Amino acid sequence: MSEQAPRLRLAGISKHFGSIQANNDVSLEVAAGEIHCLLGENGAGKSTLMNILYGLVRPDAGKIFLDGRPVTIHSPHQAIELGIGMVHQHFMLVPTLTVAENVILGTRSLLSLRRLRESVLWDRRAIERRVGDVVQRYGLKINPGARVASLSVGEQQRVEIVKALYRGVNLLILDEPTAVLTPQETTELFKTLRSFAASGLSIILITHKLHEVMEISDRVTVLRDGKVVGRRTTCETDMHELAGLMVGRDVRLTVEKTLARPGAPVLMIENLTVVDDEGRRLLDNLSLQVAAGEILGVAGVDGNGQRELALAIIGILRPTSGEIIANGQSLIGRTPRQIADAGVRHIPEDRQQMGLILEFSVADNFVLKAFDRPPYTIHGLLQPSAIIAYAQTLIERFDVRTPSPTLPVANLSGGNQQKVVLGRELDSRPRVLVAAQPTRGLDVGATEYVHKALLAQRDAGAAILLISTDLEEVLALSDRIVVLYEGRIVGEVPGDRANVQQIGLMMAGVQGAQSAARQEANMNEV
Amino acid sequence: MEWIVGLQALLQATVRMATPLTFTAVGETYGERAGVINIGLEGLMLIGAVVAYAVAFTSGSIWLGVLAAALAAMVFGVLFGIVTITFGANQIVAGAALNLVGLGLSSFIYRAFFSNVTDRAIQPLGSVKIPLLSQIPVLGPVLFEQNLLVYIALLLAPLAALVLNRTMLGLAIRSVGEHPKAAETAGLSVVGLRYGAVAFGALMAGVGGAYLSVAYANQFVENMVAGRGFIALAIVVFGRWSPMGALWASLLFGFTFALQLRLQAANVQIAYQFLQILPYVATIVAMILLHGQSAQPKALGVPYTERA
Repeated sequence: MSEQAPRLRLAGISKHFGSIQANNDVSLEVAAGEIHCLLGENGAGKSTLMNILYGLVRPDAGKIFLDGRPVTIHSPHQAIELGIGMVHQHFMLVPTLTVAENVILGTRSLLSLRRLRESVLWDRRAIERRVGDVVQRYGLKINPGARVASLSVGEQQRVEIVKALYRGVNLLILDEPTAVLTPQETTELFKTLRSFAASGLSIILITHKLHEVMEISDRVTVLRDGKVVGRRTTCETDMHELAGLMVGRDVRLTVEKTLARPGAPVLMIENLTVVDDEGRRLLDNLSLQVAAGEILGVAGVDGNGQRELALAIIGILRPTSGEIIANGQSLIGRTPRQIADAGVRHIPEDRQQMGLILEFSVADNFVLKAFDRPPYTIHGLLQPSAIIAYAQTLIERFDVRTPSPTLPVANLSGGNQQKVVLGRELDSRPRVLVAAQPTRGLDVGATEYVHKALLAQRDAGAAILLISTDLEEVLALSDRIVVLYEGRIVGEVPGDRANVQQIGLMMAGVQGAQSAARQEANMNEV
Repeated sequence: MEWIVGLQALLQATVRMATPLTFTAVGETYGERAGVINIGLEGLMLIGAVVAYAVAFTSGSIWLGVLAAALAAMVFGVLFGIVTITFGANQIVAGAALNLVGLGLSSFIYRAFFSNVTDRAIQPLGSVKIPLLSQIPVLGPVLFEQNLLVYIALLLAPLAALVLNRTMLGLAIRSVGEHPKAAETAGLSVVGLRYGAVAFGALMAGVGGAYLSVAYANQFVENMVAGRGFIALAIVVFGRWSPMGALWASLLFGFTFALQLRLQAANVQIAYQFLQILPYVATIVAMILLHGQSAQPKALGVPYTERA
């Protein structure tokens, strides 16, 4: 052999689920010590490919070679034995166990008389020390004795990495690792990954964020609709080319928007507090105002009160104390229906769970909030022709790609499902719009569409509360930005002078970030 | 001094009555910690009771009967596993079916083979005095003058706790009940561990049932388990899914059984039917008091299907 075989070679991998071809003849090569990005939109087949490699999914066709040797992988157990580790997007940690217990889980024989000393865990400290050694060797900061449930998301991710390292992997797969991290944590993670690669570890990073590809990878493979559409050496390409490959057409990477002309405050929240059954303050004395014709962005890491804020406004969650006023009327104690009728509309963060009834037709979903009123119901009877006719107009106006208004909305793509939600919520010209994660899981084209629709509503005079964990989205759309941390607003910055670093610090709850941000804003004014 | 004798007899009966509950509840604790709830314990105990009696009666060996009961219950436990673990059927429905099978099958076996037998009694398992320890006043007779199955039950709970909390096997079982996908990605076999835990739970329920027919009584009586399988389910919750908790809770419920027997014997002026419901009322009260406590394994009752 003249040339060293690559650490990993995938050849002609294909896999279909039902009628969907998730992977179609995918080939991929990763060298030792390389950081390789797998880039593609949601549904492009990245996760399926990696699940095949990790033994969670069996391919229909194709071969896997490790260091030149052909291998078959039928279970994660086999993958681990072959030196493959995976950090899943949704962490695979048992919250009730400690860090050390999670790390050693599955690494020793369960019950063996010959190796009894391995199977018995008399001394918790000894195990914690051994895990602690690995933690230190790689310079990760975690306490091995801590219970996983008490750790932050960033720490849990480090536990996942330690888990892989403890098993002695030489190929580490990370599935969208930055989705749950603040910008600072992301920087820290990338630093760690680079040092791993320098010591010979091969890393595959799944992502749909272009700037991450540019920042961290040596090479990149782009997937679209299950097929490889491009392979590039990172330093020889740019974001523009990658975006084109990923989406299949030219895309604009920035949102064009005009200056906002805010009017009088329409949505006013005062001292809103939500305490859960266990006494945790999910929202803590939160106050904010949104004016007509303005987008107020709410930034923050997932799980810091975003859900509760949206649900309290639309009347699904009853706040413990505080006041919510829209159009001069208090919303406290009113039903979700009354609140919607008062012109407060909602794009829910999970369109499949809350936004739509998937088994219902497109048309029925359009009239979910008005089906019992004329012209859709007359004398207590539904009027299908009126409902269909209304649906036709919305399908056209909101460019919903569906062969028929009577098709179950479950059969539509994510982007078109979201257009159905938009159509229903925006057609009534809302005075207040609560948009929660409005583009989560959407492809670039649909995201563009949603952003334009939100800006159009703003210019038509709606007060928009944009709650998003996608910081880029918040930065691109918002006229003002507040940062939510542990149920409190820890800082506010004007949208056009927002600084990613400062917002990132505030998202992590770092004290003083707020005053620093204000200082910088003042300096810019001078 | 008469009250001391009374107390001693009451406590002795408490331990005796707690033993079948301890076996069954400790076994079920394992199953539930692995994420599988088996409400068919009542049926498994009945199968254990009838098989132990039948084998002991024909062979003359009590221990052979207990062994056969354990194996028979385990076979039904594995069947339950095939339905719920491999095919992912609803565990409650499958468990309810197991109860019906156990009730019908045990009565059938008994009637088919023993309806013509005139002397159905067997020599039940005798008590074994432990030297010295049994001389301790009150405590001695209560804890150290019992039959061997009682001693086994009393030792089983701490041993089960040790395995669950201090071995790789226990760690694996706990992780499978909390987050099966995490366990699988860590290289464990969710299916294998769940089968093991369910089979162990069934085996223990079989021994618990066997105790009733060959150690506590000296023959089989139709439906003799009388709801103890369901009480064992409550004990698992009451014991907060820990083997030692199950032991303490079993003793508490054993006490209510013993107490109602004592009160009946003492000719208290209450209709005996009201005394008999004491353990069952205690079960309901316990469940109400524990409402909303969440030591429950996260994946309890949820079938695990491998999907990406």
